[in-house]
Amino acid sequence: MKYQSQKVAKLYFIAAIGLFVGQILFGLIMGMQYVVGDFLFPEIPFNVARMVHTNLLIVWLLFGFMGASYYLVPEEAETELFAPWLAHLMFWVFLAAGAATILAYLLVPYAALAELTMNDLLPTMGREFLEQPTITKIGIVIVVLAFLFNIGMTILKGRKTVVNLVLLMGLTGLAVFFLFAFYNPTNLVMDKYYWWWVVHLWVEGVWELILGSILAFILIKTTGVDREVIEKWLYIIIAMTLITGIVGMGHHYYWIGAPEFWQWWGSIFSALEPIPFFMMTVYAFNMVNKRRRNHPNKAAVLWALGTAVMAFLGAGVWGFLHTLAPVNYYTHGTQITAAHGHMAFYGAYVMIVLGMISYSMPLMRGRELCNSARSQSLEMWSFWLMTISMVFITLFLTAAGILQVYLQRFSDNPMDFMVVQDKIALFYWLREITGVIFLIGLIVYIASFFIGQDEPEATVEPLK
Amino acid sequence: MAQAFTKAMARNIFYGGTVFFFLVLLALTFQTHREWPELDNRQAINDVVTLGKKVWEDNNCVGCHSLLGEGAYFAPELGNVYTRLGSVEAIKGFIMSRPKEGIPGRRSMPQFNLSEEELTAIAEFLKYVAGINTAGWPPNIKG
Repeated sequence: MKYQSQKVAKLYFIAAIGLFVGQILFGLIMGMQYVVGDFLFPEIPFNVARMVHTNLLIVWLLFGFMGASYYLVPEEAETELFAPWLAHLMFWVFLAAGAATILAYLLVPYAALAELTMNDLLPTMGREFLEQPTITKIGIVIVVLAFLFNIGMTILKGRKTVVNLVLLMGLTGLAVFFLFAFYNPTNLVMDKYYWWWVVHLWVEGVWELILGSILAFILIKTTGVDREVIEKWLYIIIAMTLITGIVGMGHHYYWIGAPEFWQWWGSIFSALEPIPFFMMTVYAFNMVNKRRRNHPNKAAVLWALGTAVMAFLGAGVWGFLHTLAPVNYYTHGTQITAAHGHMAFYGAYVMIVLGMISYSMPLMRGRELCNSARSQSLEMWSFWLMTISMVFITLFLTAAGILQVYLQRFSDNPMDFMVVQDKIALFYWLREITGVIFLIGLIVYIASFFIGQDEPEATVEPLK
Repeated sequence: MAQAFTKAMARNIFYGGTVFFFLVLLALTFQTHREWPELDNRQAINDVVTLGKKVWEDNNCVGCHSLLGEGAYFAPELGNVYTRLGSVEAIKGFIMSRPKEGIPGRRSMPQFNLSEEELTAIAEFLKYVAGINTAGWPPNIKG
């Protein structure tokens, strides 16, 4: 750690991990409700658990992105953060707003919350992932703008690297496209069309710029490969991301009342969306193979390689699986989508944040380069536990999805939704059991921050 | 990557490609707006439907159901529920009759205690949605 102000990232990462635990617990509740329908009913209805599960994910990833930015931007810019006090202040504002919103979901009926927060003045609630009260959304905008200002000013006064510029573009895009969350016409088709300008242009657009720049930073630090090489890869990967991903948004427009030409545009461009993810995998392994040093933080390198592979599988392969219009006609809105969503978010965004934490947290806690061998060993156990269970969660949901599509939509005698749900319950049970293993992996991950802290740092053989 | 391919070239492809395809998106969006009046059933939108969408949102229906395939997958698709149940009255009857304490061991929709006006509105909203031209989706009545 070269600059004192980088340390503000630690707060953000601790909050991120805490909220991550909450996300997984509510995931397990939902998974249980899939098989034991009245589990916790009516205290925690499924829709509340789901809202908590998905909103916590978004909020903790945002905490992760912010923490990653506060850590890497000063180091890249070679200057202290513009206003560390602002980063501290916004942390508490964001945490308080986030916690209050989640608690409100759990303690107040949603309709009462809508009334309490005067949703009628500017109705934005009740749409998937954008369930937050309008006042919370305004709070998010303020926090993100203050954050962007802080990061932008730091970059402006310091060295302008490609990593920093790409990160700044990603974060700016995040802020800009979130504004579509405030557009909610009665016309459902228009509502949905522009809802995707938040959701798709985030996760299949600007967030990939954030992912790319964080990954580039970790690779520069851990492999010692020439920055020029890594930056060239970064540019070409994000070029392919946006060239395919912007019009690729059409794959959400097949069946929501948009013109049918979207079936062609969406199918062709989104079919190309795996390319940047494939390039990212090739690049990550290439850089590690061409490393000029052996970095003793093996856990961080493992997360970096892991995110490249899992993002390719989850976002690339599982996305391609159901992206072509004739396939999507049958799979749209089934467990296939859920399968893809789980592995894509884990691979692309959870793992990159955990990778950044893995690289930077030891440094912020006073280590020279990395944690002890014992801590790292635990962390790598958690990597495999969580990653393998996510693979199986995805496989079980895919199996459930294929059966659902066949029984409900494809066979000669299609069955009712609920009848089909009963028939595929076995796979939901398997998913739930695997979810418990994921939670165990997460507990091991947290343990790795406490066990082996009094032992000396791990060392590696220097590269010959 | 070959040395002939420089960082500046990669950067230019990024900026050029991004701007170009964003313009393509804007053009396609413009064309989409032109075609919508024929597709999105806007003539069915009135005050009752507007209230219905508000009821839909204020009760977070999308937290369990999907609507035109988007939302949660815990409960049936509702984009075609008007066609499936056959009438506004049938939709209202279903929502009204949900048991407060749920059904032992099974998934059950909560009892939302909607007023008569809200019940009519949500049902009319779902009727409006069923009239949207969705290119033949879902594949059958089951949703």
